[in-house]
Amino acid sequence: MSTSADAILSARGLTKEFFGFKAVNNVDLDVREGTIHALIGPNGAGKTTVFNLLTKFLTPTEGRIVFRGKDITGVKPADVARLGLVRSFQISAVFPHLTVLDNVRVALQRKAHLGTQFWRSNRLLDRLNDEAHDLIEAVGLAAFAAHDAAELPYGRKRALEIATTLALDPPVLLFDEPMAGMGVEDIGRISDLIRRIAKGRTVVMVEHNLNVVSDLCDRVTVLARGEILAEGDYEEVSSNARVREAYMGSEDG
Amino acid sequence: MSSLTDTGAAQVESRERQKAHARQRSLARIGLIIAVIAVAGLIAAPFFVYPVFIMTVLCFALFATAFNLLLGYAGLLSFGHAAFFGGAAYFTAHAVKVWGWEPLLAILLGAVGAGLMGLVVGFVAIRRQGIYFAMVTLALSQMIYFIFLQAPFTHGEDGIQGVPRGDLLGLVDLNRPLNIYYFVLLIFLVGFYAVWRIVHSPYGHVLQAIRENENRAISLGYRVERYKLGAFVMSATIAGLAGSTKAIVLQIATLTDVAWQMSGEVVLMTLLGGMGTIFGPAVGAALVVTMQNYFATSDVPVTVIVGVIFVLCVLLFRRGIVGEAIRFLKR
Ligand SMILES: Nc1ncnc2c1ncn2[C@@H]1O[C@H](COP(=O)(O)OP(=O)(O)OP(=O)(O)O)[C@@H](O)[C@H]1O
Ligand SMILES: [Mg+2]
Repeated sequence: MSTSADAILSARGLTKEFFGFKAVNNVDLDVREGTIHALIGPNGAGKTTVFNLLTKFLTPTEGRIVFRGKDITGVKPADVARLGLVRSFQISAVFPHLTVLDNVRVALQRKAHLGTQFWRSNRLLDRLNDEAHDLIEAVGLAAFAAHDAAELPYGRKRALEIATTLALDPPVLLFDEPMAGMGVEDIGRISDLIRRIAKGRTVVMVEHNLNVVSDLCDRVTVLARGEILAEGDYEEVSSNARVREAYMGSEDG
Repeated sequence: MSSLTDTGAAQVESRERQKAHARQRSLARIGLIIAVIAVAGLIAAPFFVYPVFIMTVLCFALFATAFNLLLGYAGLLSFGHAAFFGGAAYFTAHAVKVWGWEPLLAILLGAVGAGLMGLVVGFVAIRRQGIYFAMVTLALSQMIYFIFLQAPFTHGEDGIQGVPRGDLLGLVDLNRPLNIYYFVLLIFLVGFYAVWRIVHSPYGHVLQAIRENENRAISLGYRVERYKLGAFVMSATIAGLAGSTKAIVLQIATLTDVAWQMSGEVVLMTLLGGMGTIFGPAVGAALVVTMQNYFATSDVPVTVIVGVIFVLCVLLFRRGIVGEAIRFLKR
């Protein structure tokens, strides 16, 4: 399989069928190291399914995935995360009955190899507090550290999810609509945050807000009906006739 | 300007944290006070209440506490825990009666045996989610029931009767009521402490995260099957400890303890007292055993009475007795 040399994450011929319906069809993707790569497309285009395939939450019907030169097509999802490819979820994924602080500490715990000690006091985890509070502050949740995640409004849950993902300090992050449900102010803050964390990292994000995409992303892949419609920088893609057509049908962007 | 808002936020934050910590501390203190009173009460209890009754309560309380480790903290509903409770009782009864083992060693054998059964059952079951998990545990425990029914050493319908209590470590005569009582109390406290320790450990923290959102835990790199299997084996082992101890206390091991009704009973005890609370399952167990004792001679079948009370409790206090009490205190 030939993948581009500077790609940190590649897919070839990625296909996922659900009962004969091809949600993702023969997708080739190369994410270059150090870039912010957007995956856009109308609702139901297959963006989330691509994320699920890349992180092995779904098994591809066909195709191969290579991460940092290693074929990860047969790797389990937890091990994909351990290799440094960490995702967030479109439907906000927090631990609802743990506090904001504990949500972040769960992630830090794994990195610090403090997951299996069942005979020791959980006060051991206090050594993670400083780092956790820094992350919580970075996403603007400092005032909520002691609240249960379930109590947070939707936009803040997304922020918490980003903090939790960042806690693992992964070289590659996949964000599925990180700013959905956020107000303008929060979008600005999270955009800044993503720009900051993208230094020295690779980010792949699904995003409907095209202002954010044009602002943040180095490269854009457009997906429609499970297939790649276009790829390039934002200017190229947005002037592409097929893309405009696909978007006009379902969206105003 | 930004530094100003930062300190403002930091102040709000530290105030919030202090409030939350203070609340948590006061809850922890209440828990500690209750624990001290409970232990003191249990030490004094045999002078006021029939010891065999309290020992029976303690065995079921430990069983329910072990079950709650799985249901309340890992979010896994096993419908086959009787296999570990009753299986361990058989192992211990056989070791004492036929092999003439010392009682503590026989009890440990029962617990380890239950843990090994838990390893096999858990290994198969954790591949399934939700109701399918419960179904697999039920099916496997029914297979285990059948094996115990057929195996010669269990004596089928008769069970293993007249199990001698023996001398603890060859020194302490367990036929004397106070001796066996404090021995059983010690086992209960050790088992209860083990569950408390596991729940409040780094591992327990991850377990709760898995209960809250399994996919998220996976995406953070946790190999959740291993955590679940670990919890299953620990829960089965401590459930076995409870069953083994019961065999020594009541001097009998029978099919009742491995039957599916027993698996149901422990679910009931746990929900009644409050799943996911440390004291709840023990309270639920005490309540159920007391009711069974109290209504044993009444005209209406015990199961009907217990069932009605259970339904009422579930309707009135969804979180169980202790769960509701904690909620009340938190406000
Ligand atoms: N588990 C599944 N079983 C069956 N069909 C599925 C499954 N997951 C996704 N699909 C279908 O696959 C298609 C692509 O879904 P996907 O969620 O990947 O789209 P998306 O691009 O993320 O859309 P959105 O912008 O709405 O999030 C949809 O038609 C969806 O109904
Ligand atoms: Mg989607």
